[in-house]
Amino acid sequence: MIDIDIEQQLGRFRLAVAFRAEAPIVGLFGRSGAGKTSVINAIAGIATPQRGHIRVNGTTLFDATQGIDVPPEARRIAYVFQDALLFPHLDVRANLLYGQRLRPAAERFIDQDRVVDLLGLGPLLTRKTRALSGGEKQRVAIGRALLAQPRIMLLDEPLAALDGARKSEILAYIERLRDELHIPIVYVSHSVPEIMRLADTIVLLADGKCLAAGPADEVLERADLGPATGGDEATSLIETRIVGHDAAEQLTTLGFDGGRLFVPLLRGGIGDRVRATIRARDVSLALQRPAGISILNVLPGRVTSIQGEARATVDVRIAVGAASVTARITRRSLGELNVHAGQELFALVKAVSFDQSSVGYA
Amino acid sequence: MTLLTPDELGIILLSLRVAVTSVAFSLPLAILIAYVLARFTFPGKTLFDAIIHLPLVLPPVVVGFALLVLFGKHGPIGAILDQWFGIVFAFRWTGAALASAIMGFPLMVRAIRLSIAGIDRRLEVAARTLGGSRAWVFASITLPLALPGIITGTLLSFARGLGEFGATITFVSNIPGETQTLPLAIYTYTQVPGSDAGALRLSLIAVVLSIVALATSEWLTRRAERAQVDDRH
Repeated sequence: MIDIDIEQQLGRFRLAVAFRAEAPIVGLFGRSGAGKTSVINAIAGIATPQRGHIRVNGTTLFDATQGIDVPPEARRIAYVFQDALLFPHLDVRANLLYGQRLRPAAERFIDQDRVVDLLGLGPLLTRKTRALSGGEKQRVAIGRALLAQPRIMLLDEPLAALDGARKSEILAYIERLRDELHIPIVYVSHSVPEIMRLADTIVLLADGKCLAAGPADEVLERADLGPATGGDEATSLIETRIVGHDAAEQLTTLGFDGGRLFVPLLRGGIGDRVRATIRARDVSLALQRPAGISILNVLPGRVTSIQGEARATVDVRIAVGAASVTARITRRSLGELNVHAGQELFALVKAVSFDQSSVGYA
Repeated sequence: MTLLTPDELGIILLSLRVAVTSVAFSLPLAILIAYVLARFTFPGKTLFDAIIHLPLVLPPVVVGFALLVLFGKHGPIGAILDQWFGIVFAFRWTGAALASAIMGFPLMVRAIRLSIAGIDRRLEVAARTLGGSRAWVFASITLPLALPGIITGTLLSFARGLGEFGATITFVSNIPGETQTLPLAIYTYTQVPGSDAGALRLSLIAVVLSIVALATSEWLTRRAERAQVDDRH
């Protein structure tokens, strides 16, 4: 999908990034100032690198040695900005249609009614952009980008300006785009929960360089990348399916090959794929299956590695079926339980530690 | 027409023709220069900016004299325009329009430049990524967003044109029916003993014209700002 190898000097900041990524959603991840926006600006054609090449879906958009630099309007790459950037002199409908009008009918494959329906824009169409809330603006911006009939979509921290409830609403819309329109997405964020929930492939940036690129769970569980991902946010990711709902107790049961997870009630149907993320500090360990305990999720597994030898806390990685869960425990607990690689034990996760942002449809 | 004498009507129509013509021809150039000044830095920009602003600070007579030298029948530009295109400015109403355009130009450029500088450039970038060429983005995003400034600039230049005196009388003289605009006619009345009544009538007309122009521009500006036009192409 994306094959990029570029170098660009931006004042004192040097961007030298090379990676290839192939996934429904590529997460471009790193702290602020890591160069995430510079990379997607180069992909969109807003900024011109000094050296290298950019190819998207097999089409060369930029190649310094061959002198190729396709202008942004011809790249067909939709860009959704942090602050929506709706055109203030146009109403919602005219904003939505701005890009669509500029594409010949033969190149249009995303239908206007479909987008309006998918993003719930119907009631907003005749409104002025000023009268929209932050979440509504972002939905219109996404719709406007989609109707420009893009090859891929770049989302630059689209949730940054939104509050918690709006965030999970927009996340759900983005998942619908991926599942129903099959538009490849590059999602830029410095938030671990967002990236974990959405991204299949993660490209990790720091100081203008690409530190790692690969499957989401592998990149995020690599302890050596901790400082670049935000340190204490070590998180595990488990691909599951919905196996049942209990409306009376407001719980949903998720199944995966390592066992079952109980999480607060979800809306999906039985069999739907769901991605659950578990923060390492929400996981406790027990040597025997505990009795008389409120924790619902007890996952039997085997210790595969222990990392963070020189700190007060250690990250214990446990294989649970084919999945893996990381537990962050104190050095004292490590000693008292005598945890060692190869040991069989139980990982405990409270059902309430799952929330809207940590469980999403995969 | 009982309110106005045929002479007065002629003077008003000539003044309006001069002001409208000067605005119509200078507006596209003013927008272009305002855009360049607002968006680009280039060597000599300060000097270029100063030259644009010159008519604002120079005595109008100096501008008129410069026009006479350059655009007169035997001037370097005037001679070429006359021989090749048959265009004559000297002692014609078109010359009055040229003088008005030049005197009003800095006012027009300033107002438009300010409003272009106030536009979030990322809106234009967003429009490019949506498939708009540079020219189309300029027409569909930059221009509409700069509209309040364009209206203000047009009004200022129009009012300057209606009131233009020094450069006009120096460049194209004071020929009744050809170059005698409202201010020149008022001046002529004041030079003839006992014609104060005529001067007063024309002055009142000038006041009415100015108020109408001001009100129209206010109305247009408010419409441009409030309506956030739903433009269906």
